Amino acid sequence: MSTVTELKLKSLQIRADLLRLIHSAKMGHTGGSLSNTDILTTLYYEIMKHDPSRPKWAERDRFIASKGHSVESLWCILADLGYFPKEELATYCQFGTRLIGHPNNKVPGIEMNTGALGHGLAISVGMALAAKKDSKAYRVFCLMGDGEQAEGSVWEAAMAGAHYKLDHLIGFVDRNRLQISGNTEDVMGIDPLDRKWEAFGWHVKQVNGHDFDELLETLRAVPEQTGKPTLIILNTTKGKGVSFAENQPEWHHHVPNDEQLRLAIGELEAASAAIAEAEEERGMNG
Amino acid sequence: MANNIPNRQAMCEALIELAQEDRDIMVLASDSRGSAAMAPFVKQFPEQFVETGIAEQNIVGIAAGLAHSGKKPFVTSPACFLSMRSIEQVKVDVAYSATNVKLVGISGGVSYGALGMSHHSLQDIAVTRAIPGLTIILPADRHETRKMTQALAKHEGGTYVRIGRNPVEDVYESDDYDFQIGKAVVMKQGSDVTLIGTGETVRIALDAAKLLEEAGIGARVLNMHTIKPLDEEAIIAAARETKAIVTLEEHSIFGGLGAAVAEVISTNHPVPLRILGIPDEPAIAGKTAEIFAHYGLTAANVLQLATELVKAKAEQK
Repeated sequence: MSTVTELKLKSLQIRADLLRLIHSAKMGHTGGSLSNTDILTTLYYEIMKHDPSRPKWAERDRFIASKGHSVESLWCILADLGYFPKEELATYCQFGTRLIGHPNNKVPGIEMNTGALGHGLAISVGMALAAKKDSKAYRVFCLMGDGEQAEGSVWEAAMAGAHYKLDHLIGFVDRNRLQISGNTEDVMGIDPLDRKWEAFGWHVKQVNGHDFDELLETLRAVPEQTGKPTLIILNTTKGKGVSFAENQPEWHHHVPNDEQLRLAIGELEAASAAIAEAEEERGMNG
Repeated sequence: MANNIPNRQAMCEALIELAQEDRDIMVLASDSRGSAAMAPFVKQFPEQFVETGIAEQNIVGIAAGLAHSGKKPFVTSPACFLSMRSIEQVKVDVAYSATNVKLVGISGGVSYGALGMSHHSLQDIAVTRAIPGLTIILPADRHETRKMTQALAKHEGGTYVRIGRNPVEDVYESDDYDFQIGKAVVMKQGSDVTLIGTGETVRIALDAAKLLEEAGIGARVLNMHTIKPLDEEAIIAAARETKAIVTLEEHSIFGGLGAAVAEVISTNHPVPLRILGIPDEPAIAGKTAEIFAHYGLTAANVLQLATELVKAKAEQK
């Protein structure tokens, strides 16, 4: 099976897992978690250098979820990889749990507590700066939301990342174009986002954030330019993979009811079956 | 003792000594290396210095990232901005994430007296004290600044420090004394009243104690250099043994040293307490000494307050 096929199947599994998680806890950020599942799957299963048995391994690549509210995909991935027992997912958002509604560094695999928007990139700059000073090769990946781009602190950190020529710092903007109150361009226009980041001294790439071929090709090539941090705009769909949640602002933190969960899992299973079938056909023809 | 070395300079000298041994020590500044007196550090250890420009949220976030990677960052930035502009980063990136960041608020209190309320930091203790896990220290003089800096280099955990801009008269003859984070220093023994100072008000408490002594009143003087964790034991002992307390601080009377002492004695050993600080108003502009005099942060006023407390205590018997 090709890497891309494996990633496709894995991300469908993670989507189903996170929907069950949100359904059982009756809370969560469904839309944003579904839109960032593909980038997280690509990073954790293919791109990042990391080891679930050694969460503090000094040479690991670092991941900072600056858009901390879309944590459900991350919890499901970390559990799937064995950072903590899968059974613990049942405690998500329950009284006294470690698996709260935002990244929590008491959980193995989480570097820093995030959730307040506009913090992650500055932290990532600090990590990348430390790597540079210590001549370490690890990379720092920071995932931001598009609504988050309205925070001034993002741009303070953007300036610093370019000033210190941090080419092993890779930022992402999950550009699903929706935030809690509606379309990002209606709430607070952030376009032209690519030109803004370029003007701040970053090497900017635009990709389809759900296309694994494109994601892999782009991420395997970074950094393309030395002396510059990279910003990858992930053009995504909020609620991706669940037909009735896609592009619906209310699914920012809408929780599926029993029927919606059944329908959504059905869609994801059908998508998995289609991939498996295509794979089988390809195998027979090849 | 007269002295012309400001505490910020004492800190820079201590950091230079420490950085020679420990390459993980880093200094960060927000276009403030000059006002933090850190220029000599920058010159000697350019690789251990990070400039962030005028960006207080960013400087705290970057420091947290550096600390996460094993560095020991000292963030030196004006107290008024560092304690307020970036307080969410202090809460989340430093305290909540448990990163080993030392936040050094320079030119604290009314150091920038003539520049007005925007440049006064008279809320910083109140704000940082409400954040769980943060250590808060105000050193009294250059010797204590040196001792504190050495202690902080070994101390693991987020810390907010406030130091002033101008040289302060020494309260210690040398740095040959026991400094422990969280442990008040008894500067003078006495059993009639206790004066508790922090930072640069310790000098005023000592001067007042001398005047009280001449008036036949024995004042105990506590240097409460650490506001958090607070030395409750020393406060309760003072309440029990002297039965009257005056606190002195270069801070709003809300949420600072006096409030912290009130919390301790009211639940453990209630005694009359007078809180001397800046009232709930934008502080008047002027030189530090002028502002202190305006609000009664003077030895003469403490003499009067303490005398009244001791008299009231005698009448109650």
